[in-house]
Amino acid sequence: MAEPIVVAEGLHKSFGDTHALRGLDLSVPRGTVCGVLGPNGAGKTTAVRILATLSDPDAGHARIAGYDVVREAGKVRARIGLAGQYAAVDEKLTGRGNLRMFGRLYHLSRREAHRRADELLERFGLMDAADRQVAGYSGGMRRRLDLITSLILRPEVLFLDEPTTGLDPRSRGEIWDSVRELVAGGTTVLLTTQYLDEADRLADDIAVIDHGQVIATGTPDELKATIGDRLDVVLEDPAALRPAATVLNALAGTDPTMTGADRLSVALPGGGLRLADIVRELDRAGVAAADVSLRRPTLDEVFLRLTDRKELV
Amino acid sequence: MTALTSPMGHRVRWTFTDGLTLVGRELGRLRQEPGELVAALIFPAIMVVLFGYVFGSAIQVPGGGDYREYLMPGLFSMVTFTAVMGVMMRVATDASRGVMDRFRSMPMARSAVPFGQTGADLLGGLLSLTIMVGAGLLVGWQPHRGLVPTAEAFLLLIVLRYALSWVGVYVGLVVKNDQVADQMVPLFLPFTMLSNSFVPTDGMPGWLRFLADWNPVSAITAASRELFGNPGVPSGDVAWPLAHPVAAVLLWSAALLAVFVPLSVRTYKRRGR
Repeated sequence: MAEPIVVAEGLHKSFGDTHALRGLDLSVPRGTVCGVLGPNGAGKTTAVRILATLSDPDAGHARIAGYDVVREAGKVRARIGLAGQYAAVDEKLTGRGNLRMFGRLYHLSRREAHRRADELLERFGLMDAADRQVAGYSGGMRRRLDLITSLILRPEVLFLDEPTTGLDPRSRGEIWDSVRELVAGGTTVLLTTQYLDEADRLADDIAVIDHGQVIATGTPDELKATIGDRLDVVLEDPAALRPAATVLNALAGTDPTMTGADRLSVALPGGGLRLADIVRELDRAGVAAADVSLRRPTLDEVFLRLTDRKELV
Repeated sequence: MTALTSPMGHRVRWTFTDGLTLVGRELGRLRQEPGELVAALIFPAIMVVLFGYVFGSAIQVPGGGDYREYLMPGLFSMVTFTAVMGVMMRVATDASRGVMDRFRSMPMARSAVPFGQTGADLLGGLLSLTIMVGAGLLVGWQPHRGLVPTAEAFLLLIVLRYALSWVGVYVGLVVKNDQVADQMVPLFLPFTMLSNSFVPTDGMPGWLRFLADWNPVSAITAASRELFGNPGVPSGDVAWPLAHPVAAVLLWSAALLAVFVPLSVRTYKRRGR
């Protein structure tokens, strides 16, 4: 079996007293999108910086396409692209000027750098703005330019560190389309994000990081399955909240959370509970429900459960 | 794609070509922001008027002579010293905007970035020096000692500028934040003022005079005055750098380069955070 294109084993990294990474393991098969999720400060950016050769780990190893990120950094750099939270382009140059300059710095010939710049501008819809100064671009356009700058060399692995943070929904959609197109072309993408819908839409596999370690991995569906279905109840009378909570606790084995003045939500273990049983139990306790529904959990709920921040649900 | 991996033999060539690409970046920026050129044109005019006619009206040149003839070498030094702030801002902006991280994540020559930044500054520095010279010629300043000493003076100004720009690289890399760097700019003002550029140092209190005499800005000003044949060349018992200004400028340049080139290159390459 081929080695995964991105492999991290036991990465440790500390900054003074802060342990950003404590034995992080990660592996991303070629041609897939790996979503790295975690609360702020979980170590996502530190992990990406190590994989992209910007930072050395204190302990542990990482390989990109078989090359060690510390000892063979030059070979790794020729195979990766990095697009970050901020648009890392020269604001004073035009879009085209940026792509040409970075093309030359990737050691393309002058002619090739020019050709590649035009090709990318055309393909990612920035041709109209090609000769405008980047300082005048919208946030979404800058981010797209940042993204395509990292595509100049057709990288085997693309690191996207929160590529859509701070963008409006339409620009986010455009970035997502671009990422899907790249993956269809065979690029492997490692994506960190705080938007769980982004991971849900783009990622084949998800790694949830907290306190510098991977605490769960799997496809979005597998992760959702681990915490069971959710039961949502809307009451006719908010006064019935307490008896309703008692019933739900008895059924689920855990305390439900209030999701509104007249609504409760609880995770159901395993399965085997039918909607009819639940309605009957509520009825027996004299609770009038306006709506009772069973559904798959969202990735947000999985995430909050895994990172132990239930109080926010 | 033709992604060349890095055999040792190509490193030197790449340092050079990547450096040149970064110098070219500066030209691209200037083309996009002609406003900067206009500002570069107006600045010398303001300085010449402000110092030449406002302060100059009340300042006696030691040993006699025209104050504007005395002043221009000082303004050339001042322009030279702006290399520190200019490069510091450029480097800090690249670092805080993630451009530096992009450079670091690319398979380009490692030391090309600091060399490119200082090369780019040299390009802008030549431009602003030329403009300042033009302003000087307009108000009656001129070199009096012929072609060779004049060329030597400009060469010294350029050498010192290049050495000073490496101080800017280092400070910019350490600060890593364009806003902090911006706030640091006024801190460099005393370096140009605390010198013989605008007034003779004889009148300053002893400890201040000591600092002014040993300031590299004073050395380059004194060297320019000597080589251009402008008034204000000190005579009698003066500090060593003012008695041997050409040697002092060369020593200062060598010392700055010897300290800040390795320091900057090492700081740039270090992969900490």
